Amino acid sequence: MKARIYVTLKNGVLDPQGKAVHHALDGLGFAGVADVRVGKLIELELADGTSPEDIDGMCRKLLANTVIENYRIEQVEP
Amino acid sequence: MKAAVLVFPGSNCDRDLAVAIREVSSVDPVMLWHRETSLPDGLDLIAVPGGFSYGDYLRSGAMAARSPVMRAVADAAARGVPVLGVCNGFQVLTEAGLLPGALMRNAGLSFVCRDVALTVENAQSAFTSRYAAGETIHIPVAHHDGNYTADAATLDRIEGEGRVAFRYAEPVNGSARGIAGVLNDAGNVLGLMPHPERVIEPAHGRSDGRRLFEGLLETVMA
Repeated sequence: MKARIYVTLKNGVLDPQGKAVHHALDGLGFAGVADVRVGKLIELELADGTSPEDIDGMCRKLLANTVIENYRIEQVEP
Repeated sequence: MKAAVLVFPGSNCDRDLAVAIREVSSVDPVMLWHRETSLPDGLDLIAVPGGFSYGDYLRSGAMAARSPVMRAVADAAARGVPVLGVCNGFQVLTEAGLLPGALMRNAGLSFVCRDVALTVENAQSAFTSRYAAGETIHIPVAHHDGNYTADAATLDRIEGEGRVAFRYAEPVNGSARGIAGVLNDAGNVLGLMPHPERVIEPAHGRSDGRRLFEGLLETVMA
């Protein structure tokens, strides 16, 4: 089985990378972009039957820093 | 002074810290590989070096903070052993939960590498006793992820408890409230982004960092 973990900065946490990308989009002439936030996608290839609690534990203990980041788990069946 | 310097894959300031400790104490620190699960007995100082452990993969300091040796460091810190984290070491200590907050990409997005002016906020700790509160010192920084952040309640708490050890006296990286160095609640763990080990002798141009190591030596020998 596969899980996708989306890690994003919490609302209110300054995202300088997002700001830079926003500037670049403006520079390319794409008007109407209100805001850009940059996050990351982590794909896990897991043993079948890995519990949701274990996946959540991986997120809390390593994959996301919950001081500044949120995470969302998406389980993908093979 | 019996000291250990942690050695992580990718770190590039471990030997600089070892030299600084030896210069001040005349004793070579133990270089401790990240896979070690225990520490030498009787340590007076554990130093967590700067410099891109694990290539800063995932987040700065995230991998190093979960390495086996850090469990022993957390136990030692809880027993009151002084722990000093410089630059990436500061990032490691926040990621390990030994210090509050987190360090994010610099607000200006650029790597900052220069001398900066700092204000000494707390001159009561083992690390800062050789400085005067309110004093301005100059110590170099070299980092991409030095933008200290924490929620407002945490910032209020650490300021109220006198746990801000150093503050930038000039804009550097967007750090919340200009925070450059933070102590834990017991005062025996210090993380700071500037590199005191790079200014310890006249040949470095300045020696403002030397007093940090001298203060530590004085405290542990008292």
